Amino acid sequence: MSRRFSWFNATSLTLGFVFLYLPITILVIYSFNSSKLVTVWAGFSTKWYGVLFRDQAYLDAAVITLKVALVSSTLATILGTMAAWVLVRAGRFRGRTLFSGMIYAPLVVPDVITGLSLLLLFIALGLNRGIGTIILAHATFSMCYVSVVVSSRLVSFDQSLEEAALDLGCSPFDAFRSVTLPIIAPAVVSGWLLSFTLSLDDLVISTFASGPSATTLPMKIYSQVRLGLNPEINALSTILISLVTIGVIASSLISKRASVRRQRQEQQALAQS
Amino acid sequence: MTRPDPSPTTVFAPWDDPDEPPLIRFDNVTKRFGDFTAISGLTLDIYAREFFALLGPSGCGKTTLMRMLAGFETPSEGVISLGGQDIGPVPPNKRPVNMMFQSYALFPHLSVADNIAFGLKRSGNMTRQQISARVDEMLELVQLGKFGKRKPHQISGGQRQRVALARALAKAPKLLLLDEPLAALDKKLRAETQFELMDIQEKLGTTFVIVTHDQEEAMTVASRVAVMDHGRLVQVATPERIYEFPNSRYVADFIGEVNLLDGAVLRKTKAGLTISWAEGQPPIAAQGPEDLQKGANCTFAIRPEKITISSDKPEGCANALSGRVLDIGYLGNISTYHVELANGQVIKAQMANNRRLSRRAFSWDDEVWLSFTDSAGVVLTA
Repeated sequence: MSRRFSWFNATSLTLGFVFLYLPITILVIYSFNSSKLVTVWAGFSTKWYGVLFRDQAYLDAAVITLKVALVSSTLATILGTMAAWVLVRAGRFRGRTLFSGMIYAPLVVPDVITGLSLLLLFIALGLNRGIGTIILAHATFSMCYVSVVVSSRLVSFDQSLEEAALDLGCSPFDAFRSVTLPIIAPAVVSGWLLSFTLSLDDLVISTFASGPSATTLPMKIYSQVRLGLNPEINALSTILISLVTIGVIASSLISKRASVRRQRQEQQALAQS
Repeated sequence: MTRPDPSPTTVFAPWDDPDEPPLIRFDNVTKRFGDFTAISGLTLDIYAREFFALLGPSGCGKTTLMRMLAGFETPSEGVISLGGQDIGPVPPNKRPVNMMFQSYALFPHLSVADNIAFGLKRSGNMTRQQISARVDEMLELVQLGKFGKRKPHQISGGQRQRVALARALAKAPKLLLLDEPLAALDKKLRAETQFELMDIQEKLGTTFVIVTHDQEEAMTVASRVAVMDHGRLVQVATPERIYEFPNSRYVADFIGEVNLLDGAVLRKTKAGLTISWAEGQPPIAAQGPEDLQKGANCTFAIRPEKITISSDKPEGCANALSGRVLDIGYLGNISTYHVELANGQVIKAQMANNRRLSRRAFSWDDEVWLSFTDSAGVVLTA
């Protein structure tokens, strides 16, 4: 099946790539600019990376961001998986529609409103705002993404596998732990990665939920940008982009290799039978 | 086919022995799902060492009955007892019952050996060595000795079916439930596997309850067959009795091929009944139930293979009908002849092809005689 690579195809591809990657490419190039002025090219240099790694404020913000992302995405994964489990498996119960509506609400409610409502709640409860409240806020909005991913996997899951586990002597919890969880693990992991990413780049909700003691990287960058552009930020962004790119490529390579291996083994089994 | 039995001189028929306690007893069991009644007022005994088949079309309640035995459903009314004990409140993981699922439900993340060991590890009273010995024993039983380390996706469909069987049998359950166990296999493999299932059941002496919609499969493997319709048992009997003495039109029609002729009792004598069934056709002489009165409506059911086809009118046969060959269905070992009588009724008759095709006695449009004895068919009132 060979189709001619027409001019139309080539143009579409080029336009797509330009729109997606031109801003990022410019940002990466300017991070190696030796000039202090962001928009004037003055030769290649890696000095801004050095400046960045000596800037304690950025390092602190990075640490806080990672901590928040790790803890909140783990929390969101646990809560989101539980919610998905109840929605898919528990059948009809009173308030099911309300519960599913509430879980998926953060997908459509504007971040500003989510952030504001969380801020009001924290004030009402008298919680000290800081890293703890940011974690709670991030877990709240990212658990709905986890539950969407996990419940779509659970729907296509052969329920007789769980029944088989019960039949062979598992308690319901043991059946979930030793059969369901290993099988839906890829969905749970991608839910975790998704909420990790969402937490990393969230600005609006963090702004509402944080206090003076905790500043995340997006908050730091945003406040810095308001004071004027700065080549350090380009360097920081380039590092983040490289990390994400490496992660995406690695995970797609791993899953592709696994699916190729699985196909080969299935063909062997067919050939032998 | 011999059945395991303590005294080899007697036939295996615990259901005929009034002193034999049943292993499973359904006592007036009803199961409703909302407004829908899946099982209504069902009473049934199943005995130890039986290979019991639940047979019926989809939606007849056979799967619900099996799921109540496994513990995935609880009866709305009535009591199910296993070995004399009410198992209603016992959750599935505490029952001495294992199930082989239609989809096999093999755990895809575990190897074949780990799948079989899954239940053993949860019984709690076996050492690692005992478990691995038992797994090897089960792999040997289903002839998969070399496949223990494979994952389920690395073996063929037939092999998966065996793994599912081995896993369900590993804990040596009192009762094994098989939900359409052979539905996913092709015809030839299915026939082989049916005999293997019977061999394994005889070897282990475990009670098997199989759910199937395939009447041939039920007839082949089972010691007794329960024919179900709309949540009720229509007939429970050995395969021979189900086939030769169906108790209703439904059973006669569901199991195998049959000619059903509606009529009424014309005469009743000590020797039997005479049934008038169509204008211009001679009445049928048959053996029938004692309590059937003259004039009562009834149905005469006769299997195609009980009817003989001949070109001349046979002498001294109780029943003989004349007709014309309409169609011939060639099935290899047998041929089915569709013969149209003068009144338009089509009768199916079967003959074994013990001659080569080129020397077949009858062809399309031949005038033929159909004959059968007075005990060849059954008179049904339901």
